This record gives sequence, C-alpha cells and structure tokens, in this order.
Amino acid sequence: MTVGIVIVSHSPDVAKGAADMVRQMVGNEVPLGFCGGNPDGGLGTSVEKILAAIDAAWSEDGIAILVDLGGAETNSEMAIEMLPEERRQKIVICNAPVVEGAVMAATEAWGGGSLADVKRTAEELSPQ
Amino acid sequence: MALPLETLLDTVSARIISAADELTALDSAIGDADHGLNMKRGFEAVQADKAGIFAKPPGEALKAVGMTLVMKVGGASGPLYGTLFMTLGKELPENPSVADLGRALQASVTALKARGKADIGNKTMLDVLGPVAAHLESGSASIESVRALATESAKATIPMKAIRGRASFLGDRSIGHMDPGARSSEIMITAVCDVLEGKP
Repeated sequence: MTVGIVIVSHSPDVAKGAADMVRQMVGNEVPLGFCGGNPDGGLGTSVEKILAAIDAAWSEDGIAILVDLGGAETNSEMAIEMLPEERRQKIVICNAPVVEGAVMAATEAWGGGSLADVKRTAEELSPQ
Repeated sequence: MALPLETLLDTVSARIISAADELTALDSAIGDADHGLNMKRGFEAVQADKAGIFAKPPGEALKAVGMTLVMKVGGASGPLYGTLFMTLGKELPENPSVADLGRALQASVTALKARGKADIGNKTMLDVLGPVAAHLESGSASIESVRALATESAKATIPMKAIRGRASFLGDRSIGHMDPGARSSEIMITAVCDVLEGKP
C-alpha cells in the first residue's frame, strides 16, 4: 500500500486528464480517486463527489488531495470534516498546481514516501 | 420570540431562487458566473427536502438546511452558506431574543471567517453578515434598521477590492462591482426582516 492521491478540479475533463497522466507515470500501484463538476455535472465541485473520490482512493497510509481553484479547496475541507476522526487525520490538501502536483505527489507515493513526503514534494512546485 | 422557521425558509428560498439571474450577473462581472445558479440549485434542494427537514426540531432543521446546501450548491458558497445555517442551528435557543439572534449570527461570522479564510473588508458575504451581527448584538436593532444596514453594507462592497475568492484574481478590476455573496446575504436578511414584520 502507498499513500493515495485524490484530484479535485472544477472540470470533470481536467480531473480525468490529470488522472490519466498520473496513471501513465505510476500505473495502478498508487490508489487514485478523481472528480470534477458540480452536482449537475457543470463546472464546479461537489462534496458528495469528493467524498466518493476519497473513498475510492482510500489508503491507511493517508490521502493527499490536489485541488485547482477556491471552491475545490473549500469543498474538500468540508468533505474532510464530515469524515470520522480516524480518517480525517490521515488526509491533507496540498498547496500545489493540480496537474503537476498530482503527478509529482503520485510519483513520491509510488516510491514509498510518507504522507508528509508526498505533500512536501507536491508543494515544492509552489512559490514559497 | 418563536421563529416561524418554515415561513422564513420558504421566503428565503423563493427570494434567492428568483434572484438567480441577478446574482449570476453580478458574479459574471467579477467571478465565475455561477453564484445565482448554484444558490438556486441549493435552495431548490432544500425545498425538495422540506418534509424531512421540518420533521426535526428547529435547531436540527437549520443544521439539515446547512447540510443540504453543502451537498447541493456545488461552489464555495455551498460550504459557506452551509456553515452559516449549521452554526445558526447549533447556537440559536428555542425562543431567541434579538440579542440571541445577534450572538448566533456572530458565531456564524466567526465560523465563516475560518471556513473561507477571509475577514471583514475582503469584499465577501462577511461584509454584510458581520455588520448585521454586530448591530443585532448592540441591542438597539429594529427590523427597519437591520434591513437598511444590510442594503447599505452590500452597496459598500462596490468600491472594495476583492482579497478572497475568484474576484481577487482581478485585483483592482474587482473595484466598482457589488460582491455577489454580499448581495445574496442581503437578500436573505431582507427576507427574514420582511417575514418578521409580517409581509413575506
């Protein structure tokens, strides 16, 4: 088992595309969940879909979430708060660009990095 | 006073749903043009869930409204307005005084600051809810003064520069437009004032 990666974008196409790029890099060895779109399928994010993506990627080693814009982060934080405490403490949101961050994070996870390692690697992409 | 929760919620829902185009137009000027549509989706879901929501005691009913907004809105306003209603549900006593309303709204403002990582003066819904909460707490509030303050506070976001949310990407170009979240908060407060005054 490795750390799991969750991709949350406003666009279902971006989420799917970023997930494809992750798969190309690490195959099926890293648990991966992704979602995009509001509850009607338009651009936006949905707490329900984020909870399902976290569930799909669940790993006892933890989950690193990559988000694109504001609402994706706020809805991801809300989703995390709705989970039981023992899951909540194993999930982090990375401050990183969603596509590059997902690929870097997944590569670090695949190499056996801890949740903290995965988050740090993804965040190396953001200006400090 | 005993709050007529169901009438309040029906009126808030109806006003938000009928203002959807206006809210979306405000959001298209400085954001991603989805605020009206998102809020409409949320309050339509609240209306669809009404039977289940009002089967609960008042505090739980407000929390259920908040949870529905969280799940159905589909933008940052879902968790934000969801937090507002969930906090009100937690904090409001059974027969609240005006000061109780102020305290509960102030608690919501504190929760919203944390949820949105925002503060008063950032050109957000907090610029309406913050002043209204403080006014209610002051003990000198009347329905008329609350309604006037909500309207005035929403207007006061026009010259502000956005610091949080998608509008902050525009920098100085966000100046000159009313914040859509401030406007939707104004609409809700006005709806509540109208119901309490007996003219829904």
